[in-house]
Amino acid sequence: MLEARDLGYGYPGRAVGRSLNLAVGAGEVLCVLGPNGGGKTTLFRTLLGLLEAQGGEVRLQGESLGALPRAEVARRMGYVPQGHAAQFAFTVRDVVLMGRTAHVGLFAAPGAADRAAADAAIEALGIAELAGRVVTELSGGERQLAMIARALAQGARALVLDEPTASLDFGNQVRVLREIRRLAAQGYAVVFSSHDPSQAFLAASRVLLLARGGAVRQGPPEEVITAANLREVYGVEVRVAAMDGARVCLPVL
Amino acid sequence: MRPAAGAGILALAAGALVLLTVLAFALGHFPLAPGDLAALVANKLFGASYAVAPTAETVVLQLRGPRILAALLVGAALAAAGTAYQGMFRNPLVSPDILGVSAGAALGAVLGIFFSQSVLVIQLGAFAGGLAAVGMVYAVGANVRRHDPILSLILAGIVLGTLLGAFIALIKYLADPYNQLPAITYWLLGSLAAVSPSDLALAAPFALAGLAPLYLLRWRMNLLSLSDDEARALGVPVGRLRLAVVCAATLMTAAAVAISGIIGWVGLLIPHAARMLVGPEFSRLLPLAMVLGAAFLLAVDTLARTIAPIEVPPGVLTALIGTPFFLWLFVSVRRAWQ
Repeated sequence: MLEARDLGYGYPGRAVGRSLNLAVGAGEVLCVLGPNGGGKTTLFRTLLGLLEAQGGEVRLQGESLGALPRAEVARRMGYVPQGHAAQFAFTVRDVVLMGRTAHVGLFAAPGAADRAAADAAIEALGIAELAGRVVTELSGGERQLAMIARALAQGARALVLDEPTASLDFGNQVRVLREIRRLAAQGYAVVFSSHDPSQAFLAASRVLLLARGGAVRQGPPEEVITAANLREVYGVEVRVAAMDGARVCLPVL
Repeated sequence: MRPAAGAGILALAAGALVLLTVLAFALGHFPLAPGDLAALVANKLFGASYAVAPTAETVVLQLRGPRILAALLVGAALAAAGTAYQGMFRNPLVSPDILGVSAGAALGAVLGIFFSQSVLVIQLGAFAGGLAAVGMVYAVGANVRRHDPILSLILAGIVLGTLLGAFIALIKYLADPYNQLPAITYWLLGSLAAVSPSDLALAAPFALAGLAPLYLLRWRMNLLSLSDDEARALGVPVGRLRLAVVCAATLMTAAAVAISGIIGWVGLLIPHAARMLVGPEFSRLLPLAMVLGAAFLLAVDTLARTIAPIEVPPGVLTALIGTPFFLWLFVSVRRAWQ
C-alpha cells in the first residue's frame, strides 16, 4: 500500500536519511522508533508528500506520490498530526468533516454523503457521544481519537500517525494502540511513530529503528528491538523481557 | 453550535439590522416621519406617487441614503475581512490591517491631500496604496523560504507598516498646518460624513469582488485554520488558497478604507462577537459577522451624527461603544472566545 524505494529524506543540502526501503501492506502496522532528532518527523513528512523526496520515491497503492494530485493523495493516505493544537472551538463533527475536503468541490460544502462518511468514521472510533463537543474542551486522548476519525473520513486506506500516544495518559495510550491494531485488522496500512519501544511489541508487525546519522534497522519487533540495538540508538541500558508471552522493554537505571 | 441555532441567530441579527436601518433613516437633524419614509419607498421602488416634501427626498436620497449604505458596506466588508484573517492567521488578535492595507491606504490618501488633489484622486490613492502595500508584504513574505509562511507575512506586514507610518508622519510634519493637517487628521480618524452616491458606486464593485471568493470558499476557509501540513495532507493547496484570501480581504478593505478613512475596531472585534455566538465554522460565521459588522457601524455612525451638534469621529465612538459591548459578550457568553 505504502512503499518507499531508495528514499532520501531531509532538506536540500542537509540529508537526514538516505536509501531507505520500506513497504507497508494492508493489515500491517509499522512502528517507527528513534531518538529525538532522529528524523522520524522528517521521514513522515516525506512519506506524506509534504516534503520533497531528496532521492528515490514514495509509492502509494503502486503509484509514485509525485505523480498524484494532492487531493488524490489525501483520498488514499490520511495523516494524524502530533498533538493537534486546536486553535478554534470547532465541534468534533466539524473537524471530522474537514477530512472530506478532498471529496468536496472547491466552492462546495460537504453534502449528505460526506456527512454520512464523517458520522461513520466517528462511529467507528466509538466517539459518537463526543460528536457535538468542542475540540478545545476535549482531553488529549479524546482529541487524538477525533483526529484518527478525521483521517478515516478521508477514505484513506493508509494511515500515518505521528507519535499518536505522545502526552496521553496511560489509559489513553492503550486505547490508541488498541485502535491501531483494530484498524490494521480491518485492512488499513498503518505507520506510527513512538518513543516507547514496548508499543512496537504491542501493536506493530514491523519496526523501523532510526538512529541519528541515518543508520537504520528494520524487521519484526522481536528481531529489531534488542538490548544491543536500543543501547546503540538511545545510549541507555535496556532489558528486553518476556512476560506471559508478551515482550516488554525495561530500562536499567 | 447546532446549525439550526446558528440560522436562528443569523435571522435575529438580520431582523435587527433591518430595524436599525429604518431607524437610521428616520433619525437626524432633519427628523423624518415614518409615513414620509414609507411614501418615499413606495414612490421609488413601486412607482407610486405619494406627496413627499422635497427636502425629505433630498435628505433620504442624497445625504442619509448614501451614508447609511456606506456604513453597511464598510462595516460588512471590514468584518468579513477580519473574520477571514483571524481564521487564516490562526490568531484572534488579527485585524484586517495586519498586512499593511490601512497603512498603505493612509499613505496614498495623505499624499493626495498633501498635493491638494481632488477627492476622487485621494480615494484612488488610498485604494491603490492599500493594494500596493499588501502586494509588497506578500511578495516579501512569499520569498522567505526558511521560516513559517504565516510568521513571515505578519512580520513583513509589521515592518512595512512601520515604514509607511514614518512616511505619513513626515508628510504630516511637512503639511500646511491650517489647510492640510486637519484634512489629514480627519481622514485618518475615519468618517462617513462626506460619502456621496458616486463614492459608493466606485467602492461597492470592489468590495463585492472581494466578498465573492470569500463567500464561495466559505467552507474551505475552515481548512486554513489548521497547520499547513494538516491542511495539505487533507488535499488543500494551502499557498494558493491563502493568496486568494489575501487578495479578497485586501480588495474589500482597501475599497472600504478608500471611502471611509481608517475605522478601527470593527474588523478586530466583530469577528469575535460573531464567533462567540455561532462558533468558528466559517460558513456559519461569515454571514453573521457581516450582518453584525454592518449593524455595528451603522449604529455607530447614526450616533456619530445625532448625539452632538457636531459630528463625533466614528473611530472614537467604535471604541467607546464597542468596548462595553464586547466585554458584556465576553462575560455573558459561555462559549470559549476562540
